[in-house]
Amino acid sequence: MLEATVTIPDETISRVSLNDASTELLRKLWIQYGPLMFHQSGGCCDGSSPMCYPAGDFLTSDNDVRLGTFDIGPNADGSPMPIDFWMSREQFAYWSHTHLTVDVVKGRGSGFSVEAPEGVRFMIRSRLMDSATPFV
Amino acid sequence: MTVYAAPGTPDAKVTFKPRYENWIGGEWVKPVKGQYFEDITPVTGKPFAEVARGTAEDIELALDAACKAAPAWGKTSPTERAAVLNKIADVIDANLELLAVAETWDNGKPIREPLNADLPLASDHFRYFAAAIRAQDGDHAELDHDTVAYQFHEPLGVVGQIIPWNFPILMAVWKLAPALAAGNAVVLKPAEQTPVSILVLIELIGDILPPGVLNIVNGFGVEAGKPLASSPRIRKIAFTGETSTGRLISQYASANLIPVTLELGGKSPNIFFSDVADSNDAFYDKAQEGFTLFAFNQGEVCTCPSRALIQKPIYDSFLDTVTARTAKAIQGNPLDTETQVGAQASNDQLEKILSYLDIGKQEGAKLRLGGERADLGGDLTDGYYVQPTIFEGNNKMRIFQEEIFGPVVAVTSFDDYDDAISIANDTLYGLGAGVWSRNGTTAYRAGRDIQAGRVWVNNYHAYPAGAAFGGYKSSGIGRENNKLALDHYQQTKNLLVSYSDNALGFF
Repeated sequence: MLEATVTIPDETISRVSLNDASTELLRKLWIQYGPLMFHQSGGCCDGSSPMCYPAGDFLTSDNDVRLGTFDIGPNADGSPMPIDFWMSREQFAYWSHTHLTVDVVKGRGSGFSVEAPEGVRFMIRSRLMDSATPFV
Repeated sequence: MTVYAAPGTPDAKVTFKPRYENWIGGEWVKPVKGQYFEDITPVTGKPFAEVARGTAEDIELALDAACKAAPAWGKTSPTERAAVLNKIADVIDANLELLAVAETWDNGKPIREPLNADLPLASDHFRYFAAAIRAQDGDHAELDHDTVAYQFHEPLGVVGQIIPWNFPILMAVWKLAPALAAGNAVVLKPAEQTPVSILVLIELIGDILPPGVLNIVNGFGVEAGKPLASSPRIRKIAFTGETSTGRLISQYASANLIPVTLELGGKSPNIFFSDVADSNDAFYDKAQEGFTLFAFNQGEVCTCPSRALIQKPIYDSFLDTVTARTAKAIQGNPLDTETQVGAQASNDQLEKILSYLDIGKQEGAKLRLGGERADLGGDLTDGYYVQPTIFEGNNKMRIFQEEIFGPVVAVTSFDDYDDAISIANDTLYGLGAGVWSRNGTTAYRAGRDIQAGRVWVNNYHAYPAGAAFGGYKSSGIGRENNKLALDHYQQTKNLLVSYSDNALGFF
């Protein structure tokens, strides 16, 4: 299990993690696509699942929150392999009391997430955060 | 009761080809890179056909064909295009069972749905837009005695469409009918979970359309959807799906300065005011069914009534009644016409739903019914089945805020009208909503106060052609299912004509 570094100001506990299968898959995808990023989706069909894009392909804005950064490195040359995990600010307002773990299951999604051609799909598993106050 | 024979067995209504190519320029074309992927039926969890794994190269071929076909198609008369659309509708009607079995095998939905809803709606949709394009007038304004402004509708040219997997044929038709009626050529990418039923439809209707007017490239989002959505050769992109991809497609569209229409789902409230229980009559029965419709199409509907809001005086009695009604829902072989709840469309969808059942329990929601994967045994044991599930909780819980896209309803109570509207609108989305009341004033006011593009009043899950469909808030941009949709596929040409022979006098 790989916890993300904390990126939200004034917070101390990681909000998002990768399980081993996801980390292994991301290393493979990095070779194919270069640096990567996650944006948590909402809405229908493939919504509520994390989308993995080439870093910078999806334009984030001040209306997105960076929940954390994973380092799946080191790369072959010893450099870090950072992957930011983003979510829209309005969606975060409803998700903030839960810790998220990125898992990977068989499937193929339907968005533009880069793992789909591998016959697998990233998905979120959640648990309540001890430090957060749910249902305010 | 009828149990349709499974494809691949004797007496099956449809025989799938072992391999499907892309449909480009009026013929089947192998993918440039020669790669294919398996289409899996959620009924058994087993692959049943191979489908072209298209890439940017195939999208370019499709765009070549579309660009070649668009000018002539765009100049056909509305009468000619309407005739083509009506022929397509006739072919759908004439092949109802074949297409229904294909749709059920591809998607997992109980066959009574494509037989009675998806396909009759699809053919009617073509007929609606055949009528709409013939009835559409341009307009003109006599600006002064010698000056007239004429407004003409012109097609955009070549448009891209990316289709979801929950109603593979009907959702394609929702986008195709207005685009073709308006005179555009289309490059369409079906969902990678459910590509085959549309291709079966193309086998039937392909020769009705001139070559290149409709092109279908299969494949994955990142490999085929992205090059389509980001191509500078399309004049518009339409997408149904989720919010991150919706934003990404909007970004690609902004780079090319083209319009985009998006339908991105919702978390639709279904509000039951106390007076529904004033009498134990036909209307009360209808309202109960209105609750249970959350399980329709296994909850894989953008407008699934996935939040039920019940007024406090009737909360316990109504919930008891509808829980018992939902418990009677028949889950089984999707090819059996008696089956009411079939399979989820894919393994990842199944896993996601199960993860939400888990978070609902963690958050302290009370499980009233279901809550588990269903094992139907036999050939269906590896299919993707989930028990219809009823949770009780509060609107801040994640199961109340996220589209689970499964047969899962989150139920809560409300005190009065203002409380109901406040809860209903406490969501990021605004696609659908239901209001149930015997009081016309209450029903009307609630319908107007809910921030959603479609509010069903004393009914739910009806999708007749003619009723505009689309989202408020994060649920999207644009309207389908109504002649308004033509506007998303047309340019306005203004011809400003002077009938004066005299110079302006400026120079």
